[in-house]
Amino acid sequence: MEKFTVHAGRALPLRRSNVDTDQIIPAVYLKRVTRSGFEDGLFAAWRADPDFVLNRPEHEGATVLVAGPDFGTGSSREHAVWALQDHGFRVVISPRFADIFRGNSLKGGLLTVELPVDVVERLWSDVEADPELVIVVDLERREVSWPGGTAAFELDDYTRWRLMEGLDDIGLTLRAADEIAAFELDRPTFLPTTRPRGDG
Amino acid sequence: MDRTLAEKVWDAHVVRHVEGEPDLLYIDLHLLHEVTSPQAFDGLRAAGRQVRRPDLTVATEDHNVPTVDIDRPIADPVSRTQVETLRRNCAEFGVPLFPLGDVDQGIVHVVGPQLGLTQPGMTVVCGDSHTSTHGAFGALAFGIGTSEVEHVLATQTLPLRPFKTMAVTVEGELPAGVTAKDLILAVIARIGTGGGQGHVIEYRGEAIRGLSMEARMTVCNMSIEAGARAGMIAPDEKTFAFLAGRPHAPTGVEWHAALAWWRTLATDPDARFDTEVVVDATQLSPFVTWGTNPGQGVPLSSTVPDPAALTDASERAAAERALEYMGLTAGRPMRDIAVDTVFVGSCTNGRLEDLRSAADVVRGRRVADGVRMLVVPGSVRVRLAAEAEGLHEVFTAAGAEWRHAGCSMCLGMNPDQLAPGERSASTSNRNFEGRQGKGGRTHLVSPQVAAATAVVGRLASPADLV
Ligand code: SF4
Repeated sequence: MEKFTVHAGRALPLRRSNVDTDQIIPAVYLKRVTRSGFEDGLFAAWRADPDFVLNRPEHEGATVLVAGPDFGTGSSREHAVWALQDHGFRVVISPRFADIFRGNSLKGGLLTVELPVDVVERLWSDVEADPELVIVVDLERREVSWPGGTAAFELDDYTRWRLMEGLDDIGLTLRAADEIAAFELDRPTFLPTTRPRGDG
Repeated sequence: MDRTLAEKVWDAHVVRHVEGEPDLLYIDLHLLHEVTSPQAFDGLRAAGRQVRRPDLTVATEDHNVPTVDIDRPIADPVSRTQVETLRRNCAEFGVPLFPLGDVDQGIVHVVGPQLGLTQPGMTVVCGDSHTSTHGAFGALAFGIGTSEVEHVLATQTLPLRPFKTMAVTVEGELPAGVTAKDLILAVIARIGTGGGQGHVIEYRGEAIRGLSMEARMTVCNMSIEAGARAGMIAPDEKTFAFLAGRPHAPTGVEWHAALAWWRTLATDPDARFDTEVVVDATQLSPFVTWGTNPGQGVPLSSTVPDPAALTDASERAAAERALEYMGLTAGRPMRDIAVDTVFVGSCTNGRLEDLRSAADVVRGRRVADGVRMLVVPGSVRVRLAAEAEGLHEVFTAAGAEWRHAGCSMCLGMNPDQLAPGERSASTSNRNFEGRQGKGGRTHLVSPQVAAATAVVGRLASPADLV
């Protein structure tokens, strides 16, 4: 996982609320068995409209997505995170994220930043007025800044540390392998296994 | 200290607790399917890791399998690749699998409970948000992403922060003709699609206790549509009776040990919830959605709402967009809305009880001209049980199509899809834009309303048929 400390990039103003994961990447794009190449499915249905903001040349190369409230609702598909990352996004800003999406993003190294609605609206209008505007997302200071303002955001210390170190979850957990083994010894014997019955 | 059901299950699974870090939680049952697992196995392989507990893991093929001609190779090459990849991965890592054609194949959330694999007090995860279904047994069950699937495969644990708790207390009895689906759609319309965010919802109260296990699964299934991580219902005598004798339920001495523990799980009298919602069951009636999220629902007897009446600007914009997508205008009676397709199935309403109640409505009647009705059992065993009762004949005599088990038109990954502009009444759980096929328009309904709608050709309840 790539380390995340400070990111500076241009923004994509997505003036929509309740963007569910079916919109971020429709189900037909989930049929791959590899882990890359999902950018072609990003907002696929909306991209059919040439005027859709992601199609507009002035926003090409944007790396910070600024969306309305309740971003990432719906299906738990992590492909939504991969599609955003494969397209080049490193940060998504929204007044409110769906839990699973937020969890998936932070695990995968895509930073979700919750900012109040009025800040998001200011970002939208500032970026629309000047698409070249650069937004700086500083994870160390937990702060977003751009020529029009500064806003602090919250993120727990642990997640922040993991992102800044670029640490993968499984490696971290495997350090507790002994504790897991000890827990397993104490599990009640009435709990089921998935082996066919009579098979031990 | 008095604790809630969710807190008791959580506490019983903490492998490691360190201040300031997420708890490391042990996972009792890990369910897999073909769509969200390939990249997880890919990751294991890349890191040279094994599946820690294949004996606590089980896979089935459901999301994109065909529901006709299942003995022929899957026509769609990508779906075929996913299914074949799952088979290869399960063989390589020693994970039990119920492939297409197996008597235990079916929708992952129908299969677990049916085999007795889902039990009270367990932690259950799956790379699918409707894992909340299993909470009907008093299990803490929630959907996870693919990297978490990989994490559970490798470690049988997940690092997690405790969820908040919400009580949804449904007081009084449901009126006749009002189902679990109507109840949960009304709850979601009330608290909103973000209302449960960060919470485990515990459904309580007289109306919940009165529900069958199958109906409880319908309720817990849709917790995620209210934004919650999980839904739970305290286990009771109905739960134990459902489990007794199932293939993976404990037996003999083990059964009694399990029972003794299960009886301690219910929320203590003085336990506190972070959020509490009270719903009056007696005021509920058949409920249907008009928009493109499951919170956009109204009673069937009412009309398409007017977005102008919404005070919240972003909600108003969302409602306007939804109406445009759905091709509806404010003020139109819901009962006037004609459909092209009726879908009965999914992990929300694809169990035997659901098929029975739909069959009762269409028995001796005909599906309206120009309407196609698809009945897709949630599992092979549901299909066989339904056929043993002759339900398939009831459906086919009415002009409906009787299919093989799978997710089917719930998400339109297999060939069962709506064409652009087509409208469905669907017993599934999501009415998102394009969910059932690009440009398709979905109204979420109960199996009874679905069946009555098929007969009338417009949104209807069984009461409209007499
Ligand atoms: S039936 Fe629908 S909601 Fe349920 S698991 Fe399948 S796709 Fe998901």
